[in-house]
Amino acid sequence: MSLIETRGLGVRFGGHTVLSHVDFAIDRGEIVTIVGPNGSGKSTLLRAIIGAVSPTSGQVIAAPGLKVGYVPQKLHIDPTLPLTVERFLNLPRRVSRDAARDALRHAGLDARLSHQMADLSGGQFQRVLLARALLTNPDLLILDEATQGLDQPGSAAFYRQIETVRQDIGCAVLMVSHELHVVMAASDRVICLNGHICCEGAPEHVAQAEEYRALFGSGTGGALALYRHDHDHGHDHDHHHHHDHHGAAE
Amino acid sequence: MTFLDSFLIRAALAGVGVALAAAPLGCLIVWRRMAYFGDATAHASILGVALALALNTSVFGGALVVALLMAATVSTLSGRGYAMDTLLGVMAHSALAIGLVAVSFLQGVRIDLMAYLFGDILAVGRVDLVVIWGGVAVVLGLLWWRWSAILTATLSPDLAYAAGIDPKREQLALTVALALVVAVAIKVVGVLLIAALLLIPAAAARPFAATPERMALIAAGIGAGSALAGLQLSYLFDTPTGPTIVCVAAAVFLMASIVTMGRRG
Repeated sequence: MSLIETRGLGVRFGGHTVLSHVDFAIDRGEIVTIVGPNGSGKSTLLRAIIGAVSPTSGQVIAAPGLKVGYVPQKLHIDPTLPLTVERFLNLPRRVSRDAARDALRHAGLDARLSHQMADLSGGQFQRVLLARALLTNPDLLILDEATQGLDQPGSAAFYRQIETVRQDIGCAVLMVSHELHVVMAASDRVICLNGHICCEGAPEHVAQAEEYRALFGSGTGGALALYRHDHDHGHDHDHHHHHDHHGAAE
Repeated sequence: MTFLDSFLIRAALAGVGVALAAAPLGCLIVWRRMAYFGDATAHASILGVALALALNTSVFGGALVVALLMAATVSTLSGRGYAMDTLLGVMAHSALAIGLVAVSFLQGVRIDLMAYLFGDILAVGRVDLVVIWGGVAVVLGLLWWRWSAILTATLSPDLAYAAGIDPKREQLALTVALALVVAVAIKVVGVLLIAALLLIPAAAARPFAATPERMALIAAGIGAGSALAGLQLSYLFDTPTGPTIVCVAAAVFLMASIVTMGRRG
């Protein structure tokens, strides 16, 4: 069976529908990327999967004993809170110092355990978050726009690390991103989300799908070019397109 | 004659006890930016004092119940789109005012309001000591038990959810601990200065700590030291004890800030 799946998942916040009829599943060892414009419910889907948001309709079914490692979008540590890398890795459960070092190595970081979290660079910080998620020895690693605030080489390196982690540990990876060109190359499957699942499939398939182009494609070549060439990234999420598409899909 | 016969010894034990419980809780309040929340809960407890006096029951019990109600109300309302600081201000000061008015209705007893507003640590009796240390033990036990979970939820609610921790339950644990500390601290520093005892030692400890636990320990040391030194000074100069304790803590905070600035500069 799948590691985790949602059936007819719907989430509403104060009368505003964020997600509707989402049927989603991820299998052991799979890398799945969710893409979608801002406000398309990407983060909400992840938060429903980790249990931080309760579904308004439908259900989330996890395989028994599923271990999830979660890397949040960003983590603000209040300046009044002193926190070393080692102490952070021990939250909420204590781990041995060897396990902590091991996790850091898997995350590709060569930082001292005694460093303050506040002193780390953006890239190092994300790798510590990744290391912490790996400490639970997860079956499923969930990343919510984990490269926000990293520059392009930085996020590319971070995603290469994720691929390495998958090879080393064999966990499934579910991630959300707006950096299509970097992410899609590494994915087994891409899901295009806009309140509901517009289309899904292999990266090449999705990149050519009409629904995907309606959401992201702008100018010549559109999304396929984004996927093949790093430099051609069109940032404008065209809202007219988005509404047109929505109307057409219903 | 026993050790506890001296009112100074009893006062010292009461002050140290409250400082020990206030330190880790104060750190959590600082990290979570809940300073005003602590203040509101403390101010509201004067209403509990008035009710307890009117009903002729224990002041500790009355203050505890009202502090719990206040904290629970604020927790429930938070995250529902209200402007929290305004709401807290309205509730805290309304409760304080209603409490003060309610006290004035009490007939027969002449109540020394000052004792509840600023504390009356020199009047701590043996029974008070038992109540204070009992409350302190419960608070420290609760925080010890929930510490890792509360800390994770403090960093990020989503991180907590993903680890199977319910941040709302941890918030409830904090709320109970806060109400307990308020209730036992009334006798020591009074409702107006409880927040100071929570926040100042934690803030003073920050520059010297590398981990959350060390910050709580250093805060406990600063709090206990301030209680003892404040007691001593108030005895020497015949000043009100509760405010003197807070003055000492404030002086420590000032020195810590100067030292830190000197180190950076």
